[in-house]
Amino acid sequence: MAADAEAYQTVFDAALAADERIEPRDWMPDEYRASLVRQMAQHAHSEIIGMQPEANWISRAPSLRRKAILMAKVQDEAGHGLYLYSAAETLGTSRDELLDKLHSGRQKYSSIFNYPTLTWADVGVIGWLVDGAAITNQVPLCRCSYGPYARAMVRICKEESFHQRQGFELLLALSRGTEAQRAMAQDAVDRWWWPSLMMFGPPDEASAHSAQSMAWKIKRHSNDELRQRFVDICVPQAEALGLTLPDPDLRWNEDRGHYDFGPIDWEEFRQVLRGNGPCNTQRISQRRRAHEEGAWVREAAAAYAAKHGEAGA
Amino acid sequence: MTAALALGDDALVLSHRLGEWAGHAPVLEEEVALANIALDLLGQARVLLSLVGDEDELAYLREERAFRNVQLVEQPNGDFAHTIARQLYFSTYQQQLYDRLARGDGPFAPLAAKAVKEVAYHRDHAEHWTLRLGDGTAESHERMRRGLEALWRFTGELFEPVEGCEVDWTALHDEWLARITAVLDRATLTVPEGPRRGAWAAGAGRQGVHTEPFGRMLAEMQHLHRSHPGASW
Ligand SMILES: [Fe+2]
Ligand SMILES: [Fe+2]
Repeated sequence: MAADAEAYQTVFDAALAADERIEPRDWMPDEYRASLVRQMAQHAHSEIIGMQPEANWISRAPSLRRKAILMAKVQDEAGHGLYLYSAAETLGTSRDELLDKLHSGRQKYSSIFNYPTLTWADVGVIGWLVDGAAITNQVPLCRCSYGPYARAMVRICKEESFHQRQGFELLLALSRGTEAQRAMAQDAVDRWWWPSLMMFGPPDEASAHSAQSMAWKIKRHSNDELRQRFVDICVPQAEALGLTLPDPDLRWNEDRGHYDFGPIDWEEFRQVLRGNGPCNTQRISQRRRAHEEGAWVREAAAAYAAKHGEAGA
Repeated sequence: MTAALALGDDALVLSHRLGEWAGHAPVLEEEVALANIALDLLGQARVLLSLVGDEDELAYLREERAFRNVQLVEQPNGDFAHTIARQLYFSTYQQQLYDRLARGDGPFAPLAAKAVKEVAYHRDHAEHWTLRLGDGTAESHERMRRGLEALWRFTGELFEPVEGCEVDWTALHDEWLARITAVLDRATLTVPEGPRRGAWAAGAGRQGVHTEPFGRMLAEMQHLHRSHPGASW
């Protein structure tokens, strides 16, 4: 038995070393499986919770063109949730099980969605910065060692980059618009900039899962590396928008070849993570309510399928 | 362009109501499906309103009394069964109307030909859920029955002739009723009874007389646009 396990481990290690994909039916260490399920679930949950702050503005979108773009975006996020829950199912964990864990607080979603969308400009900033940060995080995941996750990420990243461009374009319209529109855009950037930087997770020295995830080739770059990459991308984009990033320490560092930026308020990050952000309670209770209020619909679909011998909804 | 306004407002208003489901649907698949239908309708509304004037001026700067949609589409979502009942009544009507317009040689033929495929999917979606809810559990049956009942009085107005649509409205009504009856029968439900037109029932949306929830819907929809006169977005 022990010799068998060792042989399996050797095959798995060799596959990783050769940059081959691990597929659902391949042997994998329990910890690798658990770590993937945790990460994919958190990612799927983020997609569906992330629908809320933006859906908040669908009914008030100020032009029909923007309304169509926003509805399509929120719909895409639901689709991302679907791909990711399906990808997680290849590891033997059902969507229901994962949703239960989300609803009971045993699994998390990205803390960025615990901030409120207070004005229309927030819709643009979410596209530009939040989808932008997500892309920076996720493009390397297209090469993640687990096949179904990597493939889901390829589709998702394509759509996220649309979202990012649409958000940028929305902000450009505001910054070139009236005084009030410009102020609205700047205010939104001021509120979302720092939380966006926190999306890359704690600094490398404090990151609980990073080293192991990198060894397993689930993760390819450290949190701080990705954060720096994101800052370097955003600074010229903010200039193009004519908007200011709210960091007095932000400046080009010739020696490093990167932008330096000011210290992040990790206490705020920890507080939001712990449930004390502005919208934690609201987001989870809306999700739970939608799920509970939908229970009779799911039961009806299952009952109908049982009677008529077809797949449920 | 009475007809473009009437059909455009139907699509615009129903799209808005369906958009209110975002983040609240009973299953993830329905988040996608309801958004799909809302997007199709919004696309149709934009084409139709653009035949009349500037789409945003028409959507955001008209007062309630100037909207020409039927009252059915402005009714609040209620529970999922209520929304499905509204979808069933409306998409069956829209599919049959657009099918006729597509086959005619009026100004809406090209638009209707494109939209009728989308609308056929909307109708399939509504029928699919009517069957599941009607013939699912006792609770879903009861909820579906209540939704159908509550919205029944808004269905008479669908067949008020719209100026500019060359359609046999009596035949449209009969065909609609036949299809609804057949679906409800398969779903173990019955066609509601009760008034559908006249002073005792609702039904003057085409003349710009709406129900109370519509004003509140427009207030929300128009507020941001109206707060920044002349701004572009
Ligand atoms: Fe997404
Ligand atoms: Fe996105």
